[in-house]
Amino acid sequence: MRHIISVLMENEPGALARIVGLFAQRNYNIESLNVAPTEDPTLSRLTLTTIGEDRKVEQITKQLNKLVDIVKVVDLTEGAHVERELMLVKVKASGSQREEVKRTTDIFRGQIVDLTGSIYTVQLAGDSGKLDAFLQAVGSVTIVEVVRTGVSGIARGEKVLSL
Amino acid sequence: MEHLSGAEMVVRSLADEGVEYIYGYPGGALLHVYDAIFRQDAVTHILVRHEQAATHMADGYARASGKPGVVLVTSGPGATNTITGIATAYMDSIPMVVLSGQVPSDFIGTDMFQETDMVGISRPIVKHSFLVKRAEDIPATIKKAFHIAQTGRPGPVVIDIPKDITNPGEKFEYSYPKKVKMRSYNPATRGHSGQIRKALELLYAAKRPIVYSGGGVVIGGASEQLTELTKSLNFPITNTLMGLGGFPGSDPRFLGMLGMHGSYPANLAMHHADVILAVGVRFDDRVTNGIGKFCPSAKVIHIDIDPASISKNILADIPIVGPVDSVLKDMLKLIKEDKRAPDVDAIANWWKQVEEWRSSKGVFPYDAGDGVVIKPQKAIEVLYEVTKDMDTYITSDVGQHQMFASQYYKFDKPRRWINSGGLGTMGFGFPAANGVKLHYPDAQVACVTGEGSIQMNIQELSTCMQYDLPVKIINLNNRVLGMVRQWQEMQYEGRFSHSYMDSLPDFKKLVESYGHVGMRVEKLEDLKPAMEAAFAMKDRLVFMDIAVDASEHVYPMHIKDGSMRDMWLSKTERT
Ligand SMILES: Cc1ncc(C[n+]2csc(CCOP(=O)(O)OP(=O)(O)O)c2C)c(N)n1
Ligand SMILES: [Mg+2]
Repeated sequence: MRHIISVLMENEPGALARIVGLFAQRNYNIESLNVAPTEDPTLSRLTLTTIGEDRKVEQITKQLNKLVDIVKVVDLTEGAHVERELMLVKVKASGSQREEVKRTTDIFRGQIVDLTGSIYTVQLAGDSGKLDAFLQAVGSVTIVEVVRTGVSGIARGEKVLSL
Repeated sequence: MEHLSGAEMVVRSLADEGVEYIYGYPGGALLHVYDAIFRQDAVTHILVRHEQAATHMADGYARASGKPGVVLVTSGPGATNTITGIATAYMDSIPMVVLSGQVPSDFIGTDMFQETDMVGISRPIVKHSFLVKRAEDIPATIKKAFHIAQTGRPGPVVIDIPKDITNPGEKFEYSYPKKVKMRSYNPATRGHSGQIRKALELLYAAKRPIVYSGGGVVIGGASEQLTELTKSLNFPITNTLMGLGGFPGSDPRFLGMLGMHGSYPANLAMHHADVILAVGVRFDDRVTNGIGKFCPSAKVIHIDIDPASISKNILADIPIVGPVDSVLKDMLKLIKEDKRAPDVDAIANWWKQVEEWRSSKGVFPYDAGDGVVIKPQKAIEVLYEVTKDMDTYITSDVGQHQMFASQYYKFDKPRRWINSGGLGTMGFGFPAANGVKLHYPDAQVACVTGEGSIQMNIQELSTCMQYDLPVKIINLNNRVLGMVRQWQEMQYEGRFSHSYMDSLPDFKKLVESYGHVGMRVEKLEDLKPAMEAAFAMKDRLVFMDIAVDASEHVYPMHIKDGSMRDMWLSKTERT
């Protein structure tokens, strides 16, 4: 099963390397990863997705918790949560394709954020499934370049991950 | 307020931390620090002959005393030479602080002479590491490093110090912090009372219980509680390789070590147990054998300070995260309040069964031979007889001799058996013994080794001469890499690929050339008197080169991927 693990950590050099190193060292996979400072600049928030059986993921969260730079770890997939990923896609858009791409973008509630005579740059946010579906809809022939941020997530309701 | 340079702060912080000895080797990146060492006498520096030995020496000291060992090495090769020792300490959860020199800050990343990314190289084998950026941060960083190294599940911590911040020309206000507070690091201080209650109910109800305890009990200072608990419940007990001495080895409740080379009664009792009280252990593969076949009818209570050790390999029915000493204390207190005990008849029946196993095959049986050739097992038995009434620490290297030492020496106290269990580092034993001897000059310190292992750090004979470290080296010389050879005989039809060294030195002459005493023993009748003579020479390093029977294997030996009860008992007999 896919798990979204959210980590609150000291914003210190080397902290990220420790996390990534842990995954490599213990043969855990990382599907996606993103990290940035929080409203408190001494803390960073990292979100990663990994695929594994529950027992393995439990071991991953325990091992992460052991890292001295890490303040808190939660597996968001254990409860209700919101997940979002941002994607920028360059697609070929000339002639009749232009209308087609525009329409698909609208259906997916994306935005065209840049354009040339032959290229549209589309911005799309949503869960990873929606982003995958968009790529499928426009088709691989049309796609020139894709960049995705990886999943970010947050628990629903009152639950917070903070100090 | 006092003003000190970065280099002076390094040394002063160590002194203020209460460090007596540091083990190290100088070099360019550390010259300022070495100069600061020269100009003080609060901390004594021991010059080893190889940085790996410095780490093992610090490690031996840490294992014997419970306090962190401190290592000081230069950048580049000095730092990389410590890697084996850091990994050794990491695998066995030993507190250690390693200070490494680094090229000046502005040159980091330029491939400067003797630059290596020490923080990067050591990352997977440290509990934590620091690259110090400013001289002002040195005291607080050292304080944190010691705190992290010795609290929670202990482990090695690296502090990498760029040369420029040790500059003697720049002085800073110095004060050593009294306390550390880290919001991101809070090891458990108590076990969960609900879980402890559940565990007790299971213990009271047990019909075929066993206590399985490990290095966590030794490191966690919980031997007293473990001993009291085990005796009061009257349960059989077994120890891991790392846990020996955590419960008195000469007590009748002790069934010997368990695992790959564990005793017949210990492995059988584990296999048939209905309740396993696992304390400070990690269900290592060298203990469990095939995970899928592990102790089929057992409910597992697992107490450990490290939550990640619990349910990692074997699912715990009742996990208890906390310091083992405090959890066991809580248990003992509750038992007294409860005024309850396990079912006496059931336990008596269980003991009958266990005693049957113990007497049918013996604990660690071996063929006594012709009485002339020295069996390695016998050598350890004689070592035990000669030293058991002395204040003795035994260190060991890695191989058959290590297993024989763990099987035949009876450790009645914790911290007396010092070996590299997790990493299995040949070359560990001798420098580790030196670290112990330095701190416990009145104790007898013996290193049980093999002719393969001892050659991995034999240069330390020179360190022993310089600092007068009269350890005893018990070299079980079978002229082969015995443990490798055993596997080759059992699994590779006797193709002895590179497990033989046809060019051994004359060890007696070798140690004599360093100014120590050498002995060569070849006959059984000479063994005991020679050993007595060696231990009587209190102020001399004695190297006993003992010719032992190379055909001996270590038994029992688990049959790969089987259950705990599946083992070879001799070359021809299996369960
Ligand atoms: C540094 C290192 N290299 C290789 C090994 C693999 N190894 C384990 S036991 C052993 C043989 C040890 O020989 P010796 O010290 O003579 O001990 P014996 O088994 O003969 O008692 C070897 C090579 C190891 N444990 N450590
Ligand atoms: Mg040998």
